[in-house]
Amino acid sequence: MSSSVLVRTDVASAPAVTGTGPERHRPPGPGWRQRVAPLRRLTGLVAVFLLWQVGASAGWLGSTTPSPAEVVNAAGELIGSGELQHHLGVSLARVAKGLAIGLAVGLVLGLAAGLLRLAEDVIDAPIQSLRMLPHLALVPVFIIWFGIGETSKIALIAIGPIFPLYLNVLHGIRGVDERLVESARSCGVTRLGLILRVILPGALPQILVGLRQALGIGWLSLVVAEQTATTAGVGFLMNDAREFLRTDVIFVVLVIYALLGLFTDLFVRLIERRALAWRRGFTGE
Amino acid sequence: MTEVKVRDARRTFDGRDVLTGAELDIADGEFVALLGASGSGKSTLLRAVAGLDRGATGEFTVPDRRAIVFQEHRLMPWSRVWRNVTLGLSGSDLRGRALRALTEVGLAARADAWPRTLSGGESQRVALARALVRTPELLLLDEPFGALDALTRIRAQALVAKLWADHRPAVLLVTHDVEEALRLADRALVLRDGRIAEEFVVDVPRPREVDHPRLLTLRRDLLRALGVKTSESEETS
Ligand SMILES: Nc1ncnc2c1ncn2[C@@H]1O[C@H](COP(=O)(O)OP(=O)(O)OP(=O)(O)O)[C@@H](O)[C@H]1O
Ligand SMILES: [Mg+2]
Repeated sequence: MSSSVLVRTDVASAPAVTGTGPERHRPPGPGWRQRVAPLRRLTGLVAVFLLWQVGASAGWLGSTTPSPAEVVNAAGELIGSGELQHHLGVSLARVAKGLAIGLAVGLVLGLAAGLLRLAEDVIDAPIQSLRMLPHLALVPVFIIWFGIGETSKIALIAIGPIFPLYLNVLHGIRGVDERLVESARSCGVTRLGLILRVILPGALPQILVGLRQALGIGWLSLVVAEQTATTAGVGFLMNDAREFLRTDVIFVVLVIYALLGLFTDLFVRLIERRALAWRRGFTGE
Repeated sequence: MTEVKVRDARRTFDGRDVLTGAELDIADGEFVALLGASGSGKSTLLRAVAGLDRGATGEFTVPDRRAIVFQEHRLMPWSRVWRNVTLGLSGSDLRGRALRALTEVGLAARADAWPRTLSGGESQRVALARALVRTPELLLLDEPFGALDALTRIRAQALVAKLWADHRPAVLLVTHDVEEALRLADRALVLRDGRIAEEFVVDVPRPREVDHPRLLTLRRDLLRALGVKTSESEETS
């Protein structure tokens, strides 16, 4: 009979429950875990560097691959001569200008489409069709339109981030619970208040996903934009090094790209930690 | 003095008539309970009275100062509790006002908590504080305790009774709990076939004993109006 089976299962599981002593339930000290977390994050990076160093000195990576030590040396030289700062400064300025335009446009279009039906009807179709174009294929067109100077490079960096930000802002707004909007309305919230206190905070998690993607595309566009017709920027540094077979300098630039990506990610994480403190999502075991 | 006057309220969802000319009057400071089967249109009528349903037609006379507590708490999860209480208010000392309202529902200590960290009963009490802080002339409650366990519900009912006695707003309480209606209300209305089908005046002085003979009769009549056979209901209770 099924009922007796059920009863027996209960009895069988009972000792396991009563057998857990109090010490087994004690949670690990939260302070301890928090202090170790950043260290744990670093271990992955340290492991990569160690593997690289070992691989380079053992010759697994080919004779032309520099070891981390050599790369650090090359970076030291470039910093000593002031070249690195100069080129990095130029690149950062390009990205800053491009992202400022691209993020602003993406945000404004997404907000307009999200908040006004009319705007969505007008904006959405053209954006959806443009989105499918790989924007990096636009390089020749941009050079025809904007010349080979700074403008075409900044335009290329600006165009990519628009789409992910637009999409995520729009979907974030569409995802806000209608019942919360109704409840806020019943509290007499004004139109502006509704946007600032309900719709934007509700859409923020999704908007930050869009920001993360947009920043990633911004860096990617920088790499492509600096491949051609430039005399400054870290991309130029890399091209120049290729001409002179300076693999160590090429690796310096690669490491810089990686670090920039890492800092971007940390930056978005910081915003998330501050702005999404109210969320109680699953954080992993 | 009538606070609320509803005439010929109608609402149709996709060709299905949910309200077919409901009429409703609530006097100043009167406590009215609205009962009815699930899906009979109680929430629909409440939203129409609250002015939240643009699709409802009819003649609605309602005070401007009104507040509503929904079936679910509907707090903004990204705002601290006290910010939720003062949502939509402007003026000075918002925090002070929020704290006073939260004190009334016994939750002043949680003023700075995130809503997601509250229990179901606490959330509903915050929603109640959010309604109270507006000093409403009409308080609309849509099964605010429907999702709570029996013990918490009794506490919450006592809280509502006290708040009503202190502030004396007109109240429209939607509930499917006959005991709740009889404990709290001056009048109990039954919504059926899209209109108010029956009315019961609960003429029992407060505080009310559950075993008051008049309440027992009312309870039987009310259950019958709701389509529950009395013999059955006596067995279950
Ligand atoms: N927005 C809507 N669109 C379509 N149908 C709706 C909508 N809102 C309510 N209804 C329908 O109207 C009817 C009445 O709904 P309502 O929410 O008013 O019921 P209720 O009496 O409050 O029920 P309950 O006691 O379960 O809360 C239901 O059949 C429901 O399906
Ligand atoms: Mg309902």
